[in-house]
Amino acid sequence: MPRIDSAAELEELRKGILSKRDPNKPYIAICAGMGCHGLSNDRIITAFEEEVKKQDLKKKVDIRATGCHGFCEKGPIVVIYPEQICYVEVMPGDVPEIVSQTVLGKKVIDRLIYTDPNTGEKAAHQSEIPFYKNQMQHLINNNTKIDPKSIDDYLAIGGYSALSKALLEMSPEQVLEEIKKSNLRGRGGGGFPAGKKWETARNAPGEEKYVIVNSHEGELGAFMDRAIFMGNPHSVLEGLIIGAYAIGSHQGFIYTRHDTPQLKNNIDIALAKAEEYGLLGENILGSGFNFNVEVHFDIGIFVSGESSALMKSIEGKNPEPRAKYIRTSVRGIWEKPSNLNNVETWANVPLIINKGSEWYASIGTERSKGTKLISLSGNIVNTGVAEVPFGTTIREIIYDIGGGIPNGKKLKAVHFGGPMGGSIPESYLDTPLDFDELAELGAPIGAGSMLVLDEDTNMVDVIRFFLDFLSNESCGKCVPCREGIRQMLKIVTNISEGNGREGDIQLLEEISEVAAAASLCALGKTASDPLLSTLRYFRDEYEANIK
Amino acid sequence: MKEILLQIDGKEVKATEGMTVLEAARSADIFIPTLCYHEKLKPYGGCRICTVEVEVRGWTRPVAACLYPVEQDLKVRTRSEKVDRIRKMILELLLAHAPYSIELQNLAQEYGADKDRFEKESSFCILCGLCVRYCAEVKKKHAVGFVKSGAKREISFIPEISSKECWNCKECFPLCGTSYLQAAFVLAESLAFSSASSKNATEK
Repeated sequence: MPRIDSAAELEELRKGILSKRDPNKPYIAICAGMGCHGLSNDRIITAFEEEVKKQDLKKKVDIRATGCHGFCEKGPIVVIYPEQICYVEVMPGDVPEIVSQTVLGKKVIDRLIYTDPNTGEKAAHQSEIPFYKNQMQHLINNNTKIDPKSIDDYLAIGGYSALSKALLEMSPEQVLEEIKKSNLRGRGGGGFPAGKKWETARNAPGEEKYVIVNSHEGELGAFMDRAIFMGNPHSVLEGLIIGAYAIGSHQGFIYTRHDTPQLKNNIDIALAKAEEYGLLGENILGSGFNFNVEVHFDIGIFVSGESSALMKSIEGKNPEPRAKYIRTSVRGIWEKPSNLNNVETWANVPLIINKGSEWYASIGTERSKGTKLISLSGNIVNTGVAEVPFGTTIREIIYDIGGGIPNGKKLKAVHFGGPMGGSIPESYLDTPLDFDELAELGAPIGAGSMLVLDEDTNMVDVIRFFLDFLSNESCGKCVPCREGIRQMLKIVTNISEGNGREGDIQLLEEISEVAAAASLCALGKTASDPLLSTLRYFRDEYEANIK
Repeated sequence: MKEILLQIDGKEVKATEGMTVLEAARSADIFIPTLCYHEKLKPYGGCRICTVEVEVRGWTRPVAACLYPVEQDLKVRTRSEKVDRIRKMILELLLAHAPYSIELQNLAQEYGADKDRFEKESSFCILCGLCVRYCAEVKKKHAVGFVKSGAKREISFIPEISSKECWNCKECFPLCGTSYLQAAFVLAESLAFSSASSKNATEK
C-alpha cells in the first residue's frame, strides 16, 4: 500500500475501496466486543467461517467480527446485512441455519429474534428493538459496520475525512475554535471543556507537548470506552491526531488496560495501518505535520487512571498522583504540557470537525452538548452500552432503553460514576442527563456508568462496598484519603452490621469534610461522595442501624 | 529571579518565583506545622498537616503549603476555623497509629485533637515517607521503600540492599517522627541476617 500524500489521494483511495464493495452483498456482523467475548463469541465466529467455507460462499458473503453492538444483555449478537436482521443469544448450533435461511434465503428465523420481555412483541430488525430504537447513535453506530482490524472498513465509512479537512483546510487555531464552539466537555468524569483544556496546553510555554488518550476506564460499571476503542480504534486515533494538530503536539500516548489484550491488539493494528497509509508519522497526508503515538499499559491499579498518576506511569514511575496546583496541561509528562482526554472525548472530535460545531451544539442541553455513552448495569433488564443525547431523562434511559427493572421489582436508586460518584432516588428519575444538573443532585455523571438498584438493595451495603474498594485502591500517600477512608469504612461496616453508634453519622460527615478538603487528588477528594449522596437521600437506612 | 509579594496572615512577605508557600512562610518566621517536610527533600504533600487557606481572585480554598507555589498578591491564612478542623482530624487519624509520638502529642495539644477518637491500630508508622525519600533522594540507595497500596501501605527495608548499606548509615533514624522506623529496620536486619547465619551454619 503506497502512502497517501494528499486529500485527493485519500479520496481516490476511498473511491477505490468503495468501488470494490457491493452495498447489496450480504455480510454477517458478529459482535466481538468484551461482553460477547465473555459469552464465547469466538465459537460463533469460527462456526460462521466454517459454514461459509463449507457452502463455498466466500465470494458471496462477508463476515465481520465487529466491535461491541451495545446490547450485551442479549449477546452473542449477530446482525445480517443489508437487511439488518438482528439475532440475539446466538449459539454455534444456530449458524448453519442462519446462513442457509437468512443470508441466502432472506428468511427470518423466528426463534432467534428479539422478544420484548415486557410486551411479548417481536422485533426482527435492529431498528425495531426498543434498546436500539430509543438511542441516538453518532459514535457506537459505526461499530456494526466495520471490522476494527481493517482500516479500509473505516475509510469506507468516511474515516479520516475529518483529519484531511483539519490538516489541509484549517489552521490549528480554527480547529481549536471549532472544538471550543462545540462546547465539547470531557467525558472522563470532570466534564471540563475540552477546548479550554486544549487551549491551555497550546498556550503553555515549551516546544514539546504531548497528547494522551486515557483508556484506563477504571470506574466500576463503566465499559463504554473499551466498546468504542476496541470496536472503532481509528475514530479515536483520528480525534487524537486532530487534537495534536490543534495543540501543537507531535507525540501522543495511549494509556490502556493490561487486562484487555484484545483492545491493545486492535489499537496496535490501527496504529500500524495508519502509519503505513501515511496517516501517522512524518508529513501526514502531505500536510507537513508530524505525529507519532506510543501505547502504554496500566499497572492494574485504579488510581493510575487519575491524570497526574497516569502521567507518572507513562514516565515509568510509580503511579502516585501529584498535587495539580499547576495543571497537567501546563506541566504533565516529564514536566511538559500534556493534554489528556478520555477515549469517548477523542472519538467525538472527528464528528465535530466533519459536521461542524453548530450541528454538534444543537444536540443536548444548554451546557451539555452532544451524545453520551452510558454503561447500564445492575438491576436492569437490558445490560449494555447505550448512546443518548444529553437531556434524555434518566427515566427514559432506564425504562425505554434499559427495559426497566427485572422480576417485577421497584427501582430504588440509580448510582452514577462508580466508587466516587453518587446515587439519586426514584423521585429524581425525570432529571435530564446533564453534567451540571446531576452534579447538583450529588450524583455527577462520572464517566457514564449507571448502576441501577432495585428495592431489595441495602444502600449502606453499597457504600461499604465502594469504600472497601477505595481503601485498597487509594495509593496510600496522603493521610486524609488513606486514613479517612479506613475509618469511614470501619464506621459504615459497623452500621451495616447493625452495630452503629450514636454520633456515627456526624463523625462520617466530619471525616468526609476533611477528606474532601485536604486530600491530594480527586480520589480522596471525592471518595466520600457516594456516602454523602446516600446520607442525603437514604439517611433513614443508616439511622435504622444505629443504637 | 522574579520577586513576588504575598500576604501571609496579614503580613507582607517577599518571596521569589518558584518558592512554595511553606518556604515563604518559614523565611518570614511564620510557623506552619509539617510532618513529612524536610529541607533536603522534594516536597511530598503526604501528611497534609501543612494545609492552609489561600485566596486567589476572591476564591478561598485549602491547599498544602509545602506544594503550593507562591503567586503575586496571594493571600494565605495559616490558621482558620477550617484549617484547624482539618489539622485536628489529621492528627486524630494519625494518633490511632502512633499514640506515643511526642511530635504528634504536641500538635494534638495545640489543635485540641483527641488521641483516643479512633480505635488504636498501633503500627507506629505514619507513612510520612521521610526515611524512604531520604534514602532515595539524598543517599540514592533505595534501601527502604513503600510496599502495598491504600490502607495496607507500609514501609519495608529491602534486605539485599539494607544488609549492605544500612550499617554504616542509619541517617534516616533521627528523621522519624515515631519510633517505628528503627523497629522496622531491626526487624528486616534480623530477618536478613538470620537467613544468612542459618545458611552459614548448614554450610559448616
